[in-house]
Amino acid sequence: MAQKVTISPVTRVEGHGKVTIKLDDEGHVTQSRFHIVEFRGFERFVQGRPYWEAPVLVQRLCGICPVSHHLGAAKAVDMIVGAGAGDGLTPTGEKMRRLMHYGQILQSHALHFFHLTSPDLLLGIDADPAVRNVIGVARSPDYKDLAVQGVMMRKFGQEIIEATAGKKIHGTGAIPGGINKSLSLEERDRFLKGKDPLNADTMIDWAEAAVALFRDYHQKHREMIDGYSQFPSNHLSLVGRDGALDLYHGKLRAVDADGKKILNDVNYQDYLSHIAEEVRSWTYMKFPFLTNLGNEKGWYRVGPLARLNTCDFIPTPRAQKAFEEFKAYTGGKPDNMCMHTHWARLIEALFAAESIKELLEDPDLQGEDRVVKGTRQNEGIGLIEAPRGTLFHHYRVNEFDQIQMANLIVSTTNNNQAMNEAVGQVARREMDGQKTITEPMMNAVEVAIRAYDPCLSCATHALGKMPLEITLLNHNEEVVDRKSRHTNGVQQN
Amino acid sequence: MSKQITFTIDGETCKAEEGTYILDAARKNNKYIPTLCNLEGIPPKGACRMCTVKINGKLVTSCTTRVTDGMQIESEDPGLDDLRKSILEMLFVEGNHLCPSCEKSGSCELQALAYRYRMTVPRYPFFFPRRNIDSTHPKIIKDHNRCILCKRCIRAIKDQNGKSIFAFLNRGHHTKIYVDPDLADKLTDELADRAVEICPVGAIMKRGDGFKDPIGERKYDKQPIGSELEQQL
Repeated sequence: MAQKVTISPVTRVEGHGKVTIKLDDEGHVTQSRFHIVEFRGFERFVQGRPYWEAPVLVQRLCGICPVSHHLGAAKAVDMIVGAGAGDGLTPTGEKMRRLMHYGQILQSHALHFFHLTSPDLLLGIDADPAVRNVIGVARSPDYKDLAVQGVMMRKFGQEIIEATAGKKIHGTGAIPGGINKSLSLEERDRFLKGKDPLNADTMIDWAEAAVALFRDYHQKHREMIDGYSQFPSNHLSLVGRDGALDLYHGKLRAVDADGKKILNDVNYQDYLSHIAEEVRSWTYMKFPFLTNLGNEKGWYRVGPLARLNTCDFIPTPRAQKAFEEFKAYTGGKPDNMCMHTHWARLIEALFAAESIKELLEDPDLQGEDRVVKGTRQNEGIGLIEAPRGTLFHHYRVNEFDQIQMANLIVSTTNNNQAMNEAVGQVARREMDGQKTITEPMMNAVEVAIRAYDPCLSCATHALGKMPLEITLLNHNEEVVDRKSRHTNGVQQN
Repeated sequence: MSKQITFTIDGETCKAEEGTYILDAARKNNKYIPTLCNLEGIPPKGACRMCTVKINGKLVTSCTTRVTDGMQIESEDPGLDDLRKSILEMLFVEGNHLCPSCEKSGSCELQALAYRYRMTVPRYPFFFPRRNIDSTHPKIIKDHNRCILCKRCIRAIKDQNGKSIFAFLNRGHHTKIYVDPDLADKLTDELADRAVEICPVGAIMKRGDGFKDPIGERKYDKQPIGSELEQQL
């Protein structure tokens, strides 16, 4: 008998989503979908607010990586105050923001790997759900110390955020044209020379050990990790001007599954010429794609895996060494193995820890020249690499400083098609032809989603564009009238 | 020289010049009575009712009532605390006070008093009024969502001829502050800064200057409202 499997809610991800999988009479998967069932609407209610509120207001859509939205919006409003597109700030302004961002990357990646992913890898995808969680990891004699490291790395990252943004969650540090505080010497010394383990050197060591842990796990479970969910896709991210991994500012680059550049270091100010979004009726999350390839072939992945596939090198020594091993595994070609996202994420955590130390040693952080302003503009676009991938913030303001239009393309939205592909692939492998659907089978689907570290609460902002069809029937169930609205918001009779 | 009189606040003996308003007399004796509309040096209005005290069992606004010799004033008791808290709750539900994205947060008197009186969920239903932002003046933005109609700006911000630059527009719950169009160009940078400073909430903001004060250095980050007087005791 045909049946429908529903996994709701998807657990150990940020936000609320569900998966539906339809099976036919023979038990074959005929349809799989990853639905986002919550709706936020920030793009609409930011309208009318003064532009300088955007970095503080919009970050409220997330409690996990608000810094990304804070800085994405700040980069956009930098343009509005005439402070340039991401590279016109004072050294103090830019470096304080970078420090905030790398604190954010470190804490978010630590949260994801240690709290959300490690239970699947260390305890097993088919482990008892009652212990398959971070508490289970902490109680396990083998991994107790690892769980503590995860918590402490997150704490260190959060304290960096507090020192730069004013609060661990939802701070106000980035303001139009710069930053509202410098780093005091006391704060700097606390992070550089703090009592173990809360200092930059220990964080670097622990991050490097986490990369080694994954590599070791990979060697023992190569077949599972490599073959878990693998499909060719495009990859998109910011890269630095020199091709380096840069999570704060740079050019937009996309490569295809073979590594060919399909977006060749373009200025992200032109993103609307390169990226479009499609709306589908069954989810609140949009489907972005590269316009030069169309919506069928133009979808792409973002996030740690994509970033290591697009960049040429990592500008910190220990992360670069790990990157070289990562690249060597696929012979320098893009890595399309979904579970390798965890590997890439840990290399990025190491990069973040090293970057934090480099920045802390820079005296510019104690500078007093924090804000620049120039000729006022009516439009601003900010791009940043959030922990989960490329994040677009775009605002248009009127002559009275009020926001008229906001467009957010959030990291998780960029991964929408990829997550759906992964769900379909794992569902077919695990469930096709099975007489009974078990909890481990459903968790296997969730594991594929979890690799993308989706933040569903950030990702749902379409308003007034949902495709909709209304049919009016009389008592004999005959169609009296039918109206539909297409994805462009246009109503048709 | 005016005559010195003696009175009590919550049983403690205080002294003041005859004819002084209770609120001012309390300040001089380092006793804090909360207010949102009163400003030192500006004639009182009695608009917000936060400074309500009890004299002989009767509720009066301390900013508009003059102290007399031998007066026994009650300011701190559970009933008055709850009355003040209920006033705060009414102010919160009547407007749209969204502290998380407000640049006045941390320096806002309404927010600071809500913390002082441990306000959590208001006992009244939210109105969620539809109000707009007026950003037509080149120096300031007026966010009517946050205005509590205290009239501080109207009473304190005047041109060189003593004319109020701000005024009330409309009546009843449609009332809002506006800048008198005939005097709009009299709002100098200094007066605009002063208007932003005396506004007890985030209803008047300087254009383009939000969130300049980092968290930790805002007015009430280190010192709760009222403590500047209470610490003197």
